[in-house]
Amino acid sequence: MTPVKTVADLRIGEKGVICDFTDEETSLKLLEMGCLPGCEIELDCKAPFGDPICIKVCGYTLSMRLAEASTIVIS
Amino acid sequence: MKRLKVALIGNPNAGKSSLFNYLTGLNQKIGNFPGVTVDKKTGVSVLSSTVQADIIDLPGTYSIYPRSVDEQVVFDYLTETLRNETPDILVVVVDASNFKRNLLLFTQVKDLGFPVILALNMLDLAKKDGLEFDLLALQRELNVPIVEINARNGKGVDALKAALVCPVHVVPDIFYKSSEVAGPVVSYIRSRFKIKSDYMALLLAHQHQKTTILTDDEKKDISELVAKHHLQSNSLQYRETLMRYEAIHNVIHKVMSEDARQTKVRWSKNLDKIITHKVWGYLIFLVILFLIFQSIFAWSELPMEWIELGFGALKGVITNLLPSGYLRDFIIEGILSGLQGVLIFIPQIAFLFAFIAILEESGYMSRVMFMMDKIMRPFGLSGRSVVPLISGVACAVPAIMATRSIETWKERLITIMVTPLISCSARIPVFTVLIGLMIPDTKILGIFNLQGLALMAFYLLGFFMALVSAWFLHKWMGGNFKTYFIMEFPTYKLPRFKNVATSIIEKVKTFTFEAGKIIIAISIILWVLATFGPKDDMQKAEDSISKNNLSTEAYENEVASAKLEASYAGQFGKFIEPGIRPLGYDWKIGIALITSFAAREVFVGTMATIYSVGNTDDELSVRESMKNQKDENGNMFYTSARAGSLLLFYLFALQCMSTIAVVYRETKGWKWPIIQFVYMSFLAYASSFIFYQLFK
Repeated sequence: MTPVKTVADLRIGEKGVICDFTDEETSLKLLEMGCLPGCEIELDCKAPFGDPICIKVCGYTLSMRLAEASTIVIS
Repeated sequence: MKRLKVALIGNPNAGKSSLFNYLTGLNQKIGNFPGVTVDKKTGVSVLSSTVQADIIDLPGTYSIYPRSVDEQVVFDYLTETLRNETPDILVVVVDASNFKRNLLLFTQVKDLGFPVILALNMLDLAKKDGLEFDLLALQRELNVPIVEINARNGKGVDALKAALVCPVHVVPDIFYKSSEVAGPVVSYIRSRFKIKSDYMALLLAHQHQKTTILTDDEKKDISELVAKHHLQSNSLQYRETLMRYEAIHNVIHKVMSEDARQTKVRWSKNLDKIITHKVWGYLIFLVILFLIFQSIFAWSELPMEWIELGFGALKGVITNLLPSGYLRDFIIEGILSGLQGVLIFIPQIAFLFAFIAILEESGYMSRVMFMMDKIMRPFGLSGRSVVPLISGVACAVPAIMATRSIETWKERLITIMVTPLISCSARIPVFTVLIGLMIPDTKILGIFNLQGLALMAFYLLGFFMALVSAWFLHKWMGGNFKTYFIMEFPTYKLPRFKNVATSIIEKVKTFTFEAGKIIIAISIILWVLATFGPKDDMQKAEDSISKNNLSTEAYENEVASAKLEASYAGQFGKFIEPGIRPLGYDWKIGIALITSFAAREVFVGTMATIYSVGNTDDELSVRESMKNQKDENGNMFYTSARAGSLLLFYLFALQCMSTIAVVYRETKGWKWPIIQFVYMSFLAYASSFIFYQLFK
């Protein structure tokens, strides 16, 4: 089985499409913030120490920790 | 006159507070929601010649499923309506430039069955981003009154007022059919609690453990019911949110057209390249911090002097008006000094919150949290802890109140626990006196004042100790708490003067009334302790001073000093002397330590009384008389070791009743304030002990 790719694996400027979440509780928060399956997600920038990261989804910008980003599975 | 109850609800950054300010002007009251210290902002707005509205500004929330204290307040307010009177109208403030996500909350609120008006804000921003709305179509799709507003310049506020006067009908069409996913549970809860909407019943089923309106028995019944029907709260919420977005998607399709959007985002992004840069980012942050400190200290000096002069004059007038005696002393020493101790901080608090409001409004604060998160995390703190910690430099009380934006309870608690270690402005007078005793007034390299450097070193030491304590608390509390740092990165905006001004007024009011009450009460108690004592002892003290060769003033000062020694406070100082001797303190310092529990800066006034300088808060004359004190061998009493030990004590000890009170309220119990008091006292005692024993 190939390891799934998550938002945490993206490079700056790289895009992906959200297809699933691995953590139920975090996913509820993410949904409320507008990260929906099928949405295009782009890694916009990283904080100076590489974490947290800043992503663009649905035309606005969210920041989150890598741990949270790694629960968003993309294709 | 008819009075309506109106509540404003919306996402964070949707412009709710600006709208609230426009609706109510300065007719605002800040109270507390029951049980929590989340500010409850209410105000009165005149809608028309015959209708007034009581408006309540609910905290910003992304959804009605609460995840933070702020969001819990919104949930409680909405469910509270089952027992008490309901709001007549809910105004949902929607940011048009983030339309889709903002509508999620709207659909939830509407399904709850309240009369709803949609206030569509930031259409101008949306237009710039290339979003066009067909408002008529939107009104038709959502089936609620829609008012276009601009909360930044007040446009549309009159139209909103007009819409509030017209009756709003609750329309039954709903975005999410609760009865289809949990029919039996919903219908049972609906009939048992007489709820008028399916969705409110479902919400109770989800959140019954967290709500305050149900009794334990009712909670138990619902728990059993939920278990019986295998309702998985999380997955149910997940599906609900998806279905709502689907419904929203269908609406948006019909009412909004999207062009390529870019310009503004790009501008913001370029700015972010510098502001969150590895090097420049931190440098800019440091420069901004430096500017804030400079201006807090430099600009507030003058108004603080005015306050001091004003009280000085007032005390003078009262001294002349009233005959000498307990009444006069009580008014001057007990009440006025306490009042002065409160008011003196207002300039600094006002400046600090002006800066914080500007940084928050502009969107810069989110960047600071973003940059600092990784650095704070090993200590059990988060990027969001930075604002409270910085605010702690002015006063721990508003700083601790600012922690409520931290969603994770553990992170919030640790932030509350370590914030009082940050040197607050009450420590400044103490530092000024003691550093003057400890460090010579010389210059290094021609430009740096050695005392100034020492002052900075003490600030840094406080900050460092806060981090160390946070780390210990983090390890001690353990547990693998789920922490969140998912937050919106707002685009940069110009701060609005009106909002900054309201924020300042709000914070100053909160401080004056909340902390002020306690400070004045303690001030009065301490006055009693320091004025009265066992009768015989007090008389003896007065008789022991001979009038020979003394001016009236010097005589009175000597008597005051002797009486203080004989008073209850003095006796207590002597009582604890054995305990503080290893730190290098005598009973006189013991008295100051006790009185300082009202507020640290009381130290200066107490020292003045003890060393018979007379009734003065002037730091220089107090420092001079302390310098002249001799120990039993005729050497200088306040050696560098003693002064340093005392400095460390004041740096670390929790000598602040107001802080204890606010921590009690924020953590809803005595456990954490007591732990905080104990660990900070230990830190203070241990570090003073080590320092004194090493350097004496």
